[in-house]
Amino acid sequence: SAAGGGAAMCSGGTLSILRSDSYAELSQYRDQHFRGTRYDQERLLRKSCTLYVGNLSFYTTEEQIHELFSKSGDIKKVIMGLDKVKKTACGFCFVEYYTRGDAENAMRFINGTRLDDRIIRTDWDAGFKEGRQYGRGRSGGQVRDEYRQDYDAGRGGYGKIVQCQ
Amino acid sequence: MSRRRHSDDSDAGQPHKRRRTSEPSEIEERLESLICRVGEKSNSSLESNLEGLAGVLEADLPNYKSKILRILCTVARLLPEKLTVYTTLVGLLNARNYNFGGEFVEAMIRQLKECLKVNMYNEAVHLVRFLSDLVNCHVIAAPSMVAMFENFVSVTQEEDVPQVRCDWYMFAFLSSLPWVGKELYEKKDAEMDRLLSQTESYLKRRQKIHVPMLQVWTADKPHPQEEYLDCLWSQIQKLKKDRWQERHILRPYLAFDSILCEALQHNLPPFTPPPHTEDSVYPMPRVIFRMFDYTDDPEGPVMPGSHSVERFVIEENLHCIIKSHWKERKTCAAQLLSYPGNNKIPLNYHIVEVIFAELFQLPSPPHIEVMYTTLLIELCKLQPGSLPQVLAQATEMLYMRLDTMNTTCVDRFINWFSHHLSNFQFRWSWEDWSDCLTQDLEKPKPKFVREVLEKCMRLSYHQRIIDIVPASFSVLSPANPVCIYKYGDESNRSLPGYTVALCLTIAIKNKASNDEIFNILKDVPNPNQDDDDDEGFTFNPLKIEVFVQTLLHLAAKSFSHSFSALAKFHEVFKTLAESDEGKLHVLRVVYEVWKNHPQMIAVLVDKMIRTQIVDCAAVANWIFSSELAHDFTRFYIWEILHSTIRKMNKHVLKIHKELEETKARLARQHKRRDSDDDDDDDDRSSDREDGPLEEQIERLQEKVESAQSEQKNLFLVIFQRFIMLLTEHLVRCETGGIDVFTPWYKSCIERLQQIFLQHHQIIQQYMVTLENLLFTAELDHHILAVFQQFCALQA
Repeated sequence: SAAGGGAAMCSGGTLSILRSDSYAELSQYRDQHFRGTRYDQERLLRKSCTLYVGNLSFYTTEEQIHELFSKSGDIKKVIMGLDKVKKTACGFCFVEYYTRGDAENAMRFINGTRLDDRIIRTDWDAGFKEGRQYGRGRSGGQVRDEYRQDYDAGRGGYGKIVQCQ
Repeated sequence: MSRRRHSDDSDAGQPHKRRRTSEPSEIEERLESLICRVGEKSNSSLESNLEGLAGVLEADLPNYKSKILRILCTVARLLPEKLTVYTTLVGLLNARNYNFGGEFVEAMIRQLKECLKVNMYNEAVHLVRFLSDLVNCHVIAAPSMVAMFENFVSVTQEEDVPQVRCDWYMFAFLSSLPWVGKELYEKKDAEMDRLLSQTESYLKRRQKIHVPMLQVWTADKPHPQEEYLDCLWSQIQKLKKDRWQERHILRPYLAFDSILCEALQHNLPPFTPPPHTEDSVYPMPRVIFRMFDYTDDPEGPVMPGSHSVERFVIEENLHCIIKSHWKERKTCAAQLLSYPGNNKIPLNYHIVEVIFAELFQLPSPPHIEVMYTTLLIELCKLQPGSLPQVLAQATEMLYMRLDTMNTTCVDRFINWFSHHLSNFQFRWSWEDWSDCLTQDLEKPKPKFVREVLEKCMRLSYHQRIIDIVPASFSVLSPANPVCIYKYGDESNRSLPGYTVALCLTIAIKNKASNDEIFNILKDVPNPNQDDDDDEGFTFNPLKIEVFVQTLLHLAAKSFSHSFSALAKFHEVFKTLAESDEGKLHVLRVVYEVWKNHPQMIAVLVDKMIRTQIVDCAAVANWIFSSELAHDFTRFYIWEILHSTIRKMNKHVLKIHKELEETKARLARQHKRRDSDDDDDDDDRSSDREDGPLEEQIERLQEKVESAQSEQKNLFLVIFQRFIMLLTEHLVRCETGGIDVFTPWYKSCIERLQQIFLQHHQIIQQYMVTLENLLFTAELDHHILAVFQQFCALQA
């Protein structure tokens, strides 16, 4: 429609209340393993078309992720997160879109909704690099599964620390 | 609000800014915040907040007048749901400062003219409404407003202008009357009567061929799907009959009547509507979506009737709230639920109706579909005791009326319902819908349930779907999405190509290269020819079959496996699918292997287009081929076709953008050279500099032309195939004496409409070709009607 770009032209602007887009903002999380400065990372995050997706069930498939995340736009690639030792799904993935706008809509409308009955969480990612598909926990999965105390049937039961007790 | 960054190396200046408190940008932010927030939940009354704010702004006028003017103009344009709050504020300011009032009105007129010039018609309506409500606040004199409306209505007398232009001016006039009709009629009843009678005659003579294309349901019961101007006219006529008594709109200015009536009013300058130009693009006509009336909530407050002006105002305001806050789902839900008048109107019903109105809007929803799903979930969270029930009731009603629902809207219903269910453990009373089990599977209701279950499966897994539906629904359950490999069984060893398939399997498992694959395939005979080319790679369907079947079977584990396979053996694919027949056959084999897994077919087709193994025209021809006739009415086929068209469109835009960017680079280069003021104007050296860029531009120009030609060809192929298919059906029915209107026919003709509607901007370019080549007068009138309705949309 013709309405889009002209908004700024008419008497100089829009309102901050209408610029509010909190779901698409960067979170506080920064990847500690990122190679580069904080500034570099933030610059990449601000133009990224890739999302990190967390709190997946270990059984959630690439197909399910593709179906859900396609609702905000065409997906370029899905990379499943794997246990470093077992090489099986360990509950996270990356979803890369062709355009940032599509990724933003995923942050606005898919983040915080359910996949496989679990509330999933999306966040901006600076971009996939080989090696980042592996969990960073000591046992091979994600760090969060090392230390958690609860029982989660979709994520291998108890946390690793609890399991070792 | 500017987000304060944590101190960065790059932001050394920040600490200074924090110490000084009167930076102009901070003042403007504060003013903006004050103005935007007025009218929100507060401990004090709205009236005292407005009075307080008017005092603050009046004091700031000497120093910040232009900023205040700008902010007020912007809220008038972008926060129409708070219209009367801001007109009251302007009224109070005008009463305290007459000059400011005059300057504001002038600024608004300037803004209105700007909006009309750049085709921002939706926002222009808000400005007109704002101006008209300023009459109620004693800022603008009623006669001058009537004069403006007289100029609006006289647009209907213009010759050789699109009807949609006249429609807009008529809409701007009529839609302001709920706010200001009473005041204008009291002051200028004769003029108003004349305007209303001119309105009536315009509405009688305007054509409405476009209406069927935009209706969500083809049936008039239980609620007629009215054309938007017709509905509004009925509402205004009723308002007039009620002596312009309007009780729904909140009018804060009434509390300030004693102050405001002392104020001096301004006259609107004479306003001439800007003339129609070639670049003018007016809003498309609409059909008003209604699904509820007062009988649907017998215990709650009464829902205003379809021709009441209250209904119009409520719907307008709710749509505006969604438009303002669609990116912020929690805010949006909260704002919708705090719409004033909560206990006098069945607000949940209005909200659900407005949301579905947008979701089902033709040609397209105002916002991305997934937003509505998430918004409804937020609303359910905020009103867990009441909203889910209204939503369930709405779903039931939509299901009951599937027989007459437009196919495109059914698509959206399927997508919404399956996604919604996936957030609520797929809990639904499926048995309530057992009536569909006794119907022909092609009928809308069983079809809907089948497609919903298929989509639910995509969001979960096959066994889950089997578990959630009653056993009786198994006939509608989706197939287990397994791969079908024709060379898989020993029992198939008599099939031609079986041994080669075995060879290929072993080779691929042993990480064979493309060359090795070519080598193995060399020995596959070509059932189509007696003697092969020397090259050996003309269209050989058996080669394609053996290779594609085997590869896809080996890569069946996941999408990623299949994509890797396509990438690794891209060379083989490109060679085998070089000809048009080759491309078509690849698609056929993909279908044969994965017909149980439509999602896999869709992603493979997408990947093959993007890696240029097949082209868009091949996909279009494949969709209309006889092999796919059985699946022709299935949702996934149309998802694939529309996705294909979108890829084509994006491709054209992308190359066009590259061309424009390269041209801009050349222009900058020229500018730099000119500004260097070189007296030694050596033409040859300038040409040398330009050379590579000019070459690039020429190449890109060719690329653009070829892409545009491919795009046009794609649409022509699609239209051609539709015409062939539909004509065949119509002829068959005529000669056989059977009713044309089968479920298949309804689906097919609406799919044709969908092509027009979803891609109308591109298709507008081809009108002459379409009219002269395809949609000629000789065509069956059923098919021609679709084209004529489409033409009527921007006429």
